Amino acid sequence: MLERDDKVSPIRLTAVQYIIVGIFLVLTYGLWRLQVMNSDIYASLAEKNRVRNVPILAPRGKLLDREGRTIVDNYPSFSALLLRDQSRDLNADADLIARGLNLKADEVRERIKKFSWLPQYQPIFLKEDITPDELAFVEAHRNELPELDTIMSHRRLYPKSGFMAHLIGYVGEVTEDMLNQPQFEFYNPGDVVGISGIEKQYNQLLMGKNGSRRSVVTSRGKEVQRLDETPAVPGKQLKLTVDIDLQIAAEQAMEDKNGAIVAMDPHTGEILAMVSRPTYDPNDFAVRISRDEWNRLVTDPEHPLLNKAIQAQLAPGSTFKIIMATAGLQEGVAQDLRVNCPGGATFYGRYFKCWITSLHRVHGAVDITKGIYQSCDVFFYTLAERLGIGRIAQYATAFGLGQRTGIDLPQEVSGVMPSEQWKIKNFKQKWFAGETISVGIGQGAVAVTPIQLARAIGGIASGGVLRRPHVAFPSDVPANVMPVSNVPEEVRIPIDPKNWEIITDAMAQVTTAAGTAGSAHLEGIDFAGKTGSAQTISNTAKAKLAHGKEDYKDNAWFVGVVPRRNPEMVVAVLFEGGEHGQFAARLAAQVVRAYVEKRRRQPTKVAKRGGPTEVEMGGVWSLPVEESAGGQTVHAGHFFVDLSTHRLSLATVAPGVE
Amino acid sequence: MSRYVSFRDFDWPLLGFVLLICAIGVTEIYSATLHTKFAGAHLKQVYWIIGGVIGMFLISLINYQAMLEQVHWMYIASVASLVSVLVFGQKYLGARRWIKMPGFHFQPSEWVKLILILAMARYFAEMRHKDLSWSDFIKAGMVVGIPMLMVLAQPDMGTALTYLPIAVMGLFLGGLRLKQALAVVMLAGMMLPIGLKVLKPYQKERLTSFMNPEADKQGSGYQVIQSQIAVGSGGIWGKGTAKGSQTHLAYLPVPQTDFIFAAFSEEHGFVGALAVLLLYFIVLMRLTQNAQTAPDRAGAFIVMGVVAVLSFHILVNIGMVVGFMPVTGIPLPLMSYGGSSVLFMFLALGIVMNIRMRRFVN
Repeated sequence: MLERDDKVSPIRLTAVQYIIVGIFLVLTYGLWRLQVMNSDIYASLAEKNRVRNVPILAPRGKLLDREGRTIVDNYPSFSALLLRDQSRDLNADADLIARGLNLKADEVRERIKKFSWLPQYQPIFLKEDITPDELAFVEAHRNELPELDTIMSHRRLYPKSGFMAHLIGYVGEVTEDMLNQPQFEFYNPGDVVGISGIEKQYNQLLMGKNGSRRSVVTSRGKEVQRLDETPAVPGKQLKLTVDIDLQIAAEQAMEDKNGAIVAMDPHTGEILAMVSRPTYDPNDFAVRISRDEWNRLVTDPEHPLLNKAIQAQLAPGSTFKIIMATAGLQEGVAQDLRVNCPGGATFYGRYFKCWITSLHRVHGAVDITKGIYQSCDVFFYTLAERLGIGRIAQYATAFGLGQRTGIDLPQEVSGVMPSEQWKIKNFKQKWFAGETISVGIGQGAVAVTPIQLARAIGGIASGGVLRRPHVAFPSDVPANVMPVSNVPEEVRIPIDPKNWEIITDAMAQVTTAAGTAGSAHLEGIDFAGKTGSAQTISNTAKAKLAHGKEDYKDNAWFVGVVPRRNPEMVVAVLFEGGEHGQFAARLAAQVVRAYVEKRRRQPTKVAKRGGPTEVEMGGVWSLPVEESAGGQTVHAGHFFVDLSTHRLSLATVAPGVE
Repeated sequence: MSRYVSFRDFDWPLLGFVLLICAIGVTEIYSATLHTKFAGAHLKQVYWIIGGVIGMFLISLINYQAMLEQVHWMYIASVASLVSVLVFGQKYLGARRWIKMPGFHFQPSEWVKLILILAMARYFAEMRHKDLSWSDFIKAGMVVGIPMLMVLAQPDMGTALTYLPIAVMGLFLGGLRLKQALAVVMLAGMMLPIGLKVLKPYQKERLTSFMNPEADKQGSGYQVIQSQIAVGSGGIWGKGTAKGSQTHLAYLPVPQTDFIFAAFSEEHGFVGALAVLLLYFIVLMRLTQNAQTAPDRAGAFIVMGVVAVLSFHILVNIGMVVGFMPVTGIPLPLMSYGGSSVLFMFLALGIVMNIRMRRFVN
């Protein structure tokens, strides 16, 4: 039995002491392991924690027109984000936050829930590109809502209402697919790159190089000290060959019709204007396009994302007759060809109508000149029969039809120029002689793009010198960014001066009362061209399917030059559903008038590069042209250009800003 | 009898070492909270320490044997206070641990620890046979088990666990037999799967992140990893006071409370950490020595109860900091910022001092 004053077992007390010694040895080992054995590893981990590379975003280069006027600029944009390591009840604050940012409270809560799995230090993006009012709300609630913060970035500011949208293209975040491709080797996720148009083609030039800053940051990512800095290299600005004045004229000519206009200087290949309709607003892409809006654009039967100037492959109709005439004259077949047009003729057992029968008239006696300005089908049926598909295809191919022109824009399509070999290769069928007759008037399997027609007919009017079209001045583009093209810069197919005169004189008559586009006549301007109207489906199918339904209306074409020989400008117009070439010709005439009027005001030739004023890089938008002086500069975020002299205003207000 | 009791017999060296640890703690709290919203916490800690020292002197005047006479009332009162916390307690971060009193928040689970030490001491001091019977085993287990379950229900597993070493120490010194020890280990082994089932999700997360911190680097494994980075990057000599990047850039969670030893190790290195460990070791050895010289069995049990709680806290807290133990939220006594913990330690020391002062009595 134990007494109250008996001592506790001394052995057990000693045992406890040994246990304590054991515990301390284990803990000492723990410290030894971390602080002596592996301290290097942990020191570098601590350094990695402490020092963070903060990217310095390089602004993207501006796009300017040929006179240095700004087309695409950047503007500072703020995004609202939610920091989550502030030990605040985010759901309770959601109502106030939602009110301030004009969001729905449920939406905010849903986002918080949706991203709750993200690491705490990663903020949740609530709203991109917030308005000044919303920014003011965030600034005013720094104390009440410490979890709410903003981040600034540069965004692209594109002209509004889809002005020049197809040519410019748009930018977007680099996708994972792209990152896997070799040419995007040096890009990082989150980089903004060009997705289409010039933005894509010259991305490397425009993009610049992000810099970085090594900073000491807290666990919340707050910068407390800057260590060193690699400055960002801003993207280079790019001057385009486009002339805004002509672009405006072309945009206004197209308005809300469907189709495309391309204006080009045939001496140099410089694109002066390029319009495609229907259009879209690339500013929708500059923030983040909603899925609905994207689906609407992609599934739209009118294909608003398509740049029809280089991507529409359609039958050229009667505009093809210029190539036919060149082939016929150069081959010595057409000079003395005289044909009687009674409204149609039979070839290879089939009757081919002339368009004139729709007016209940006939052409009567037709030679090459009348054949062109009256666009007599019977004449060209006959010429096609005499030439044969081989020679037709040879000339058309030499003039670049059915091939890419090599323009410095992505996703140009080639079109089709049929031949006997082409038919065997693609259909494993022999060429039917009757098909040659259809090809003779630009129907059948022939499919061309507006840019091809502009280059070919512009080249013929220039005596057989074809230039590769381009939208950037090659001298501005460093060799490593220069797009590779197998189309030579210049193709010479010398045309006999006599033949050249016959063709161009006949084209000049097209815009007279005697021609097919008399209504597009410009008094005092040497405006020549060729109309075309191409069936979208065959006559019989049309009769069967849709009686006068708009979808099956003929496409109207016009390719015009000014002046008729050695033109300074060639304009190709595609007016889908325009029914008759003269309606396309009227659109071309608007562009030509704008060109000539501008040229008459200026002592030097407009198509010479280098404008009167260079615009410096900066946040100010300015237009150095006299007629639009006044009201053209506004502060960052509020761009507005008063182009009241033109009906269409170019600039847009930053998205989300009223 | 009272004429033998004198402050000359007070364990001044022990108090000296304890206050040295406290001073190191205050310095580290100052360093860790510099430029944060907790700045000035070190001053509050100093006030708590002064209050604790006064409390220690006061409690050392009360005869511990008289205290033991009344311990059953204290035990009932402590259970009642735990019940009231469960019923009326303030809910904070999902747990009811505090009773709101005018001016401050009172956490009864801390002082229950002290009562349990006294209750165990009384139980085993009154046991009159050398070997522990099964009924002693179960009764002693229930004395600690009841409040433990109630704290678990708050839920506060960390504090509940700190009651366990009191029971273990009591049973061990009370004459626990090998057979009984094995039986407990086996029973615990069988209970483990059930225990894992009733764990709260955050507790499970802490366990898995302890087993494999890399699995969820930014989630629950974050604290474990950041603590080890802090300690390891301190190296042998440390980064210097207020120069620890892990501590000052807020990568280390709560560097003034649960992870104060990590913050200290980052700034003062292996040498500094070892010095603090040595101080704790001296304190524990000095306490054990006081147990050996205690005038009676009850006194020895009380002192060893304090030793048990203190070593358990050190093992679990520093073990957590170096990555040997899961995150439990148990503070490092004498160093971590917090009034309840400081008060408990000084009151416990006061009772120890009282026992020492009476070592030559009778």
